[in-house]
Parts: sequence; structure tokens; C-alpha cells
Amino acid sequence: MKSIGKNPGRMTLTMLGIIIGVAAVIAMMEIGKGSSIAISKTIASMGANTLVILPGTAASGGISFGAGTSVTLTPQDCEAILRECPTLRDAAPIVRIRGQIVYGNRNWVPITIYGTTINFLNVRDWRKLADGETFTDGDVRNANKVCMVGQTIVRELFGGVSPLGKEIRIQNVSFRVKGVLSRKGANMMGQDQDDIVLAPWTTIKYRVSGSSNQAAASGSSSSSVNSLNQLYPGSGQSLYPAQSATQAADTPLPVRFTNVDQILAAARSPGEVQPALDQITAVLRQRHHIRSGAPDDFNIRNMAEMTAALSSTTVLMTKLLLSVALISLIVGGVGIMNIMLVSVTERTREIGLRMAVGARSRDILRQFLVEAVFLCIAGGIIGILVGCGGSWLVTRLLGWPTETSVAAILTSVLVSACVGIVFGFYPAWKASGLDPIEALRYE
Amino acid sequence: MSLIELKDIQKTYFMGDIAVPVLKGISLEINEGEFATLMGASGSGKSTLMNILGCLDRPTSGEYWLGGKEVSRLGADGRAFLRNHKIGFVFQNFNLLPRTSAIENVIMPLTYTAEMLSDRQARSRGRELLDRVGLGDRIDHEPSQLSGGQQQRVAIARALINNPSVLFADEPTGNLDSHTSQEILSMFDKLNKEEGITIILVTHDLSIARHAKRVIRIQDGLIVKNANGEINSPLPDIATGEVK
Repeated sequence: MKSIGKNPGRMTLTMLGIIIGVAAVIAMMEIGKGSSIAISKTIASMGANTLVILPGTAASGGISFGAGTSVTLTPQDCEAILRECPTLRDAAPIVRIRGQIVYGNRNWVPITIYGTTINFLNVRDWRKLADGETFTDGDVRNANKVCMVGQTIVRELFGGVSPLGKEIRIQNVSFRVKGVLSRKGANMMGQDQDDIVLAPWTTIKYRVSGSSNQAAASGSSSSSVNSLNQLYPGSGQSLYPAQSATQAADTPLPVRFTNVDQILAAARSPGEVQPALDQITAVLRQRHHIRSGAPDDFNIRNMAEMTAALSSTTVLMTKLLLSVALISLIVGGVGIMNIMLVSVTERTREIGLRMAVGARSRDILRQFLVEAVFLCIAGGIIGILVGCGGSWLVTRLLGWPTETSVAAILTSVLVSACVGIVFGFYPAWKASGLDPIEALRYE
Repeated sequence: MSLIELKDIQKTYFMGDIAVPVLKGISLEINEGEFATLMGASGSGKSTLMNILGCLDRPTSGEYWLGGKEVSRLGADGRAFLRNHKIGFVFQNFNLLPRTSAIENVIMPLTYTAEMLSDRQARSRGRELLDRVGLGDRIDHEPSQLSGGQQQRVAIARALINNPSVLFADEPTGNLDSHTSQEILSMFDKLNKEEGITIILVTHDLSIARHAKRVIRIQDGLIVKNANGEINSPLPDIATGEVK
């Protein structure tokens, strides 16, 4: 071990190859990891992590009413899912309506009018508002008539003027605009995501679409199928004669639960989408008392294609970075081998002497191999420090995202040791094969 | 029983198809406690004989008995063991490790000794030997800080570190001036007389050879025998060149 310290200049030159190789690996992997996390976040905010839970298909007399027409999802389902699925970032119930919104003498039919909770913004990664504030849980509890609008609404209905505090009418019900959503652009399918109005789902369900009491009394099973509500909005006209008190007592109505049209959930990361899907299925099957073997009374959709595209991009980038890193380490290893060969040649007399006083072939082999491995590990550790420092500098000066990768650090140490053994082996083997008589005569 | 016995040792080098015989049948005996000189011109085969005696090389045929054991057929590891335990080498160009202190040079062979000595034991043994050769006050000096004679003395101490049976010295005074050469030769004398170490010196220099009690001359790969058939030849007079 002491023989290495004899020549610090030579030692530094030998280690330099490994130092640069390892530093490059670390810096590249940290920058790469940072970038791929940033890309992950971007694509996730476009919805790659989202799951859409729809109720099953309703049918009557063999005629299906279409997807999502049965009333099996409740807001309590949404709360339970949020509570019991740790892989979910957030979940929000959704009540959908389509209709006209009116302000002053302008009107517009938004593509999307959602009744939901404020969790919706977290699910869609849309927490930052352009203006104003969000409605609150209190607003949901009290079914207050407040709403948030998207940028397209501001343009179409308000002519670009701030809509805060102004009243718009949704289906003839007056809503106060509390907040303006930030710009999101078009989604993967080309649909304008800024053409949206968000309000508390309780308000939309009970004050706009027709009350659930009425839906129960009228015997229709889904508020969205009830065409009468569309004809006579908010008129509250019942199809059947009102029951007298005696009749009500004698014929107890079945208890109807409140339903929502969809639950929108977001998994914490693309990798956790499948586990999230499984967890949600388990929770809903239990809540809806579905026996094992029976089919689900709900559907869960995910952005499978987007997730696959995202994963393949990340995997490709990681592989690319890894191969470049390996090449640089191999170059470092070749450098080590070169310098060790020179060192062996220079120390030929010394090797001959050691053999003359009793060193066996394998003693010489071990000595030089240990020297090579020690230099590589020492170089590796210095390289890690330089690499981490370098990626920190990149974050400070260029603003690129970087992420400390413990895996890269551990791998680098391991690979440095291996490079030392592999590239140090040939020079060590050459040294051990020297003939002592020739070696002693070497000039 | 003799310490070293050679029986018809032959050594031939093969350069492709051509066979070059260097030693053509050497037989000799050396007893314990002897101080012998091996003399010969260059090309006579004395270096080859020295290498075989020192277990650095193997004879092509013949027997080599060292300390009662036949060692000519030993493999590389076996010979390395002998070089560590039974044989000590002193070279013409000292062959000390540069940038290494004297004490560390002396204890270097212990790295390859099977019985592990602790660092402290090793250093104390080294110090003792450096005292013996008169360098007790220079144990931490590096070769660049020592004179030629002092370096050779460090090399002698190193050769003695494992209490060898025999010390081989190949032109030990070749790189030293006459005054220092005398010092070194006196040291060999002292070691031989006071401690009974067997010493074999190789040289082509007559004045050096005189120090030994016994001179073995080698010429053209064979030991030169005098008129009586003895291999211990008397030396020619330095001044007149006459052989007595």
C-alpha cells in the first residue's frame, strides 16, 4: 500500500481517468434523472396518471342505455377511495351537465360543466389559479352558487374582462364567479381544456339538474336520463300525483342514495396506476357488496397508452445515458491499464528484486492488482464528489433540474472496483510473469 | 555434510532450433562456514552458475543439493521459498527500493515470509541488522541520502533478514571505489568469521578474489582443475602474474 504513495503525481494521473469517468456518470445520471422526473411531471399534469371511474351500464329490457348510465357511484364511494387507497394522490366526484351559460347579452355552451369538489384541481394538477380563489368545502356543504371558469369562458362570455364577482346563469340558475383557472390548452385528444366551468357538485346536482328528492319521487333512476328535467328546467313538476300523509306512511319509498356520474382520481406516479386501479376495484367491490365472481358494477379507465408512451421514453433515455456512461468508464479503465503497464515496465527491476528475495508469481499479481483496485476506488470516490458538485453547479447556474441518485453513486463505486480489477489485471499478470533474472538485468 | 553440492549440473539455452550449452557439467561441494569466490571471465558461465546456485534458475540436468535437499526439480513457488528463507542476495547495483527508508528496505523480504511477524517485531529485527552493519543511526534515510557503500550495507542487512544459510554476492564491489570496497569486504569477512555465514562471492577481479580462502575458477562452462585435479586453484601473483 505504501508503494503507491511514493509517487503522488503518477497516482493522480492514474486516477484522473476514473475520476472523470465516474464524475461524468454521476453528473449525467443526476441531470438525466432530474429531466425524466420533470418530463414525468409534465406528462402527468396532462393526465397520464388519471383514472376515470364510471358506473356500470344500465339496461332495461335488454336495451342498454349506454356507458355510465347506472347509478352505482356515490360521493361516499369517492371519500372511501381517497381514504383507503394509498397509491392515489387525490380523487374527486363529478356530476356532469351540459347546458347554456349566460352573462348579460352573451351566451355560450361550454364543452364541460362539472360539479365537483376542490380536490378536482389537485387531481388534474391545476391548482394554480389565474385569478381569484377556489370554492371551498364549505361551499360544497352548503351547495353555494359559486363557480370557477376557464380562460375560454373569460374570452367568450366576458370578452377578456375579469369575471370575478360577476354573476352568470347556468341553466337559469345564478352563479357568482369566484375564480379564474389558469391556461391549460388542448388535451391529448384535441379538446379545449379551458372551455370549462367548475362548481360545487352539490349545487349542480340539487340546484341545477333537478333535486334528487324529485328524482326519487318520480321513480326515474338517473337524473341524466330524466328528459323531463331538460324540458322543464327547475320547474319541479312531478309526473305522479303527490302522496297524502297516510299514503306516504303506508307505502315507504325505497331509500335512494345520492349518486355521482364519475369519480376522477389521480395516482401518485405512472408506475402506481395499476396498483391504484386494483385498490379502487377492491374498495368499490366491497362497498357495493359485490360477491366474488360477479362482475364489477363500475368501470375504471386509465390513460394506458399515455402511460406506456411515458415509460418507454424514460426507459430509452435511461438506457442511452447508461451506455454513454459505461463508455466513459471504459475509457477511464483503458487509461488505468495504460498507466499501470507503464508503471510495471518502470518497476521491472523492483519486481525482479522482489522475486529474488522470495516473492512468488501470485504475490506480485496480488500487489499490482490491489494497487489498481485501490486507485480505482479512490478515484471513484473523488469522482462521485466531483460529479455531485458538478450537477449542483448545473442546477445553480443553468437551472436544469437534477436529482441525487443514490443508485448511481452505489453503482459507480461498484463499477470502479470492477474496472480496477478488470483493467488492472492485465498489467498485474504481465508483472507476475516476469523472469526474475531478466528483470534484474533490465535497464 | 556439505551445505551445497552440485552433481554434473548442465544448463543449455535454446534459441529456436539452436542449442547453446552454457554449463557443461559442473560438480562441486561447498561446506558450511566457507567463504568462496567464483571467478571467471564474462561468457564463462559464472553468472548462470550463480543463478542456479541462487535458485533463480533451474539446471537442464544434474542435481543440486542444498542443505541436504535436492532442489533442482522444484517449481517456481518452491524456489521462491528457498530464496526467501535459505538464500540471501547482494547485487552489484545494490537494487534498493527508491524513495523507501533503509529500515523498510531491510524488512521488505518479510512481506513474503510465511510466518507473519508483527510490524513491531519486523522493525526491531531490521534495526538489529542495520546495527550489525554499522548503520544504526541511518535507519530512516532513503537510498538517495546514502553513499554507495552505505547502500550496499543496507543491501547486506536485507540479505540477512531471514537468517539465510548462504549469502550470494554478485560483484558486490563493482560500483564502489577501492576504499569502500575494502570496507564491504571486511564486512563479509566479519560476517563469515564471527557469525559463520557461508558466503559465495562472484567476481572477475583478482584483488577481490584474494579475500576468500577458496577460489573456484570457471571457464567455458566447466570448473578449472589444477594439475592435481583439485578445483581450488591458487591465484596468480598480482605483481608478476605467476601462478604459485
